Amino acid sequence: MAAVTRRSFSALRVLLTQQYRRRSFGPQNLRLSRTESAPSRWAASLQTSCNRTLQTTVERRRPVVQFKLSDIGEGIMEVTVKEWYVKEGDRVSQFDSICEVQSDKASVTITSRYDGVIRRLYYEADATALVGKPLVDIETESASELSQEDVVETPAMAREEHTHQEIKGHKTQATPAVRRLAMENNIKLSEVVGTGKDGRILKEDILNFLAKQTGAILPPAPLFQEVQTPGPAAAPPLSAPAAVRPPPAAPRPVFTGKDVTEPLKGFHKAMVKTMTAALKIPHFGYCDEVDLSRLVLLRSELKPVAERRGIKLSYLPFFIKAASLSLLHFPILNSTLDEGCQNITFKASHNIGVAMDTSQGLLVPSVKSVQLLSVFQVAQELTRLQALGAAGQLGTAELSGGTFTLSNIGSVLPRFGPDGQVKAAHIMKVSWSADHRLIDGATMCRFSNLWREYLENPASMILDLK
Amino acid sequence: MLSHLRGTFCVLSAGVQRAWSSSSCLFMDPSSPGLVLQSQSTDVFQNLALEDWIDAHVDLQQRSVLLLWRNRPTVVIGRHQNPWAECNLPAMRSAQVPVARRRSGGGTVYHDLGNLNLTFFASKKAYDRRRNLKVVTDALRRVRPQLDIQATDRLDILLNGHYKISGTASRLSRKSSYHHCTLLHSADRSAIAVLLRPSCPGIRSNATPSIPSPVANLSDHAPSLQWEELLEAVVQQYSSEFGLTSSSQCVDPADEALFPGVGSMEAELRSWEWTFGKTPKFSVETQLELRDERPAARCSAQLQLEVKNGRVESCRVEVPATWLPERLSASLAQALLGERFCPHRAAAALSALLRCESGPLHSRLHNLCDVLVAAMG
Repeated sequence: MAAVTRRSFSALRVLLTQQYRRRSFGPQNLRLSRTESAPSRWAASLQTSCNRTLQTTVERRRPVVQFKLSDIGEGIMEVTVKEWYVKEGDRVSQFDSICEVQSDKASVTITSRYDGVIRRLYYEADATALVGKPLVDIETESASELSQEDVVETPAMAREEHTHQEIKGHKTQATPAVRRLAMENNIKLSEVVGTGKDGRILKEDILNFLAKQTGAILPPAPLFQEVQTPGPAAAPPLSAPAAVRPPPAAPRPVFTGKDVTEPLKGFHKAMVKTMTAALKIPHFGYCDEVDLSRLVLLRSELKPVAERRGIKLSYLPFFIKAASLSLLHFPILNSTLDEGCQNITFKASHNIGVAMDTSQGLLVPSVKSVQLLSVFQVAQELTRLQALGAAGQLGTAELSGGTFTLSNIGSVLPRFGPDGQVKAAHIMKVSWSADHRLIDGATMCRFSNLWREYLENPASMILDLK
Repeated sequence: MLSHLRGTFCVLSAGVQRAWSSSSCLFMDPSSPGLVLQSQSTDVFQNLALEDWIDAHVDLQQRSVLLLWRNRPTVVIGRHQNPWAECNLPAMRSAQVPVARRRSGGGTVYHDLGNLNLTFFASKKAYDRRRNLKVVTDALRRVRPQLDIQATDRLDILLNGHYKISGTASRLSRKSSYHHCTLLHSADRSAIAVLLRPSCPGIRSNATPSIPSPVANLSDHAPSLQWEELLEAVVQQYSSEFGLTSSSQCVDPADEALFPGVGSMEAELRSWEWTFGKTPKFSVETQLELRDERPAARCSAQLQLEVKNGRVESCRVEVPATWLPERLSASLAQALLGERFCPHRAAAALSALLRCESGPLHSRLHNLCDVLVAAMG
């Protein structure tokens, strides 16, 4: 009984000491030649209850390896370090990329041979690194991962032969931990599609493969076999594909779902300023409906004419021109109030902005001087702006100077016809938003009515053409 | 041998089985230690993705592969280069010529359908660029013995000792390598002069610079040399140098069944994060010329920008206080922080700011915005 207690106590001690890590750990504290004798000494010292001894032996058990820059070939002796993929304190797995170096038009990716934690980078970016000299220090996790000399080929090859077969002509990349997991579950790595970098197989890929086979999500197999806690269904091997395991108490999370906070920058920061300024102005809204049936007919007649001239005609040019014609009767809608609310400026040009959804967000380029343009010319300019918007090429000239804006989101609504039947009609809902300091409800209403009349009866636009 | 391996694949699901058996047939014919592939695509991103795929998935310890490809007009920069310093991005946008960043090192090149690209895949141990170039020079000498063709120490190939007809770059991974080079058959040389110049003034960076050289087309000096003849000569020379028996095969780099995962490799190569975000840190320092129309006046300002990972990390705009109050030029500089170093992103951010400012200074502010955007290429 006492012996059993001591053994389980040892197991617990192992668990505790493995989890305890010292912060700073310089290579001068370690001598590699001592590691072979370390395990036996450690086992003996476990019997004592002296904490400090335990900690000292934990230090010796976690060695730091100097990972040297291996030979690149062609007699090259030095390279330039171009980009680091890791920093001090980062955890790396075997085959993870550590850095990118360049020499004589060759770009070389240096990958790690060990699992462990990066403890020191020997060079900064753009520095010259020497072949055969240390590149990084890696604190590895167990003594078995060490070797005296940093040769890229041999230990990795041995490990691959050991764990899983490679299908000839296709190499499968996976860390030793992943290979162990696959082996425990009798999975051939060649059957798993890797979603990691360079097609590498990750732990998630093995778990997904398992889940597909059984239809259940399994908890990950414990990687340290020393910890034999009697947990719920602790990773039984998959023998019967038909068996459905009950879901475990703590399901494997698919993603972390953590909140991410980052500072507001650039365009979005500028938009905050714009919108905040806009809110200082009292707004009111006015809604209406426009029956576009006649405009639809007109457009279908004019569309081929415009196409012959190389332009695709939409409804927007008509909306814009009708707005400009209406502004001629209600110039107050094309005006601004200065900062001190002292002076009102009636803008001569009708620069009508059109809201566009682009990859940069919502932008409002404007068609300049619509009062001077025909419907066709407005269509041409719109086409130009839309092309620029789609290519992400709108400049300050296009994006500024707007005095009046249209945002188009029309839709077809059903209507009751004169005979009481439901029929399709081209009804567009419109809502206007205006600065209440300058514009009253009645003016807005009259403007909207005029605009609506032009659109419901497009022929009337001809009367007011200039 | 092949049938045994096919048997092993039976346990796979149908889609994957088709994939592995197709590509394994392509890459595993034991009778041949090498393979010559020709890409059917002229899209630079698809072709670069195919290079990545072969490098990652083919066991090059047993065999070597030659890939022949060409692209529609594109500018291709090296892994560690600065696209704003190397090529004229505004001119390229108008001409609809994309820029691509490859994974190998070296300098910037212009590709079009008159340029042949050759990629020699081998294990890291078998990496030998001079041997690969010898394939090209021997092939050329065989079909046109009168041409003076030499490979240099810098691994260029020169015609008549003076004109560069081929440049080299390579990439080494953990166990594999590839070496690719261009070969100018009939490329548009005037485009090179226009497109391969900086996008904006005042760039200071430690990125790999390109070394410009006078170039020539093979077709200028050997007009009878057809494209097909050149290809055939190279394939034959490669086969005899590396001891192959198989002839070349055409492949479609977008074929996900043949090359599973190639689509996501292509997407990464197209992404802004790869093409621009991978630019080493650089700074821009330049003078801005400001002007006002009413009344006519001029002024000089200083712009200083630091760009990291393709985004503006710090920005200072020094405008004389008599021209614009400091708070305005400071708020403009602020608006650019964190945005991509891109004239369109800058225009969007600055326009949003411009809307907030009205009054007599508006035109000067607008002018400053325009000049700032122009300075960003």
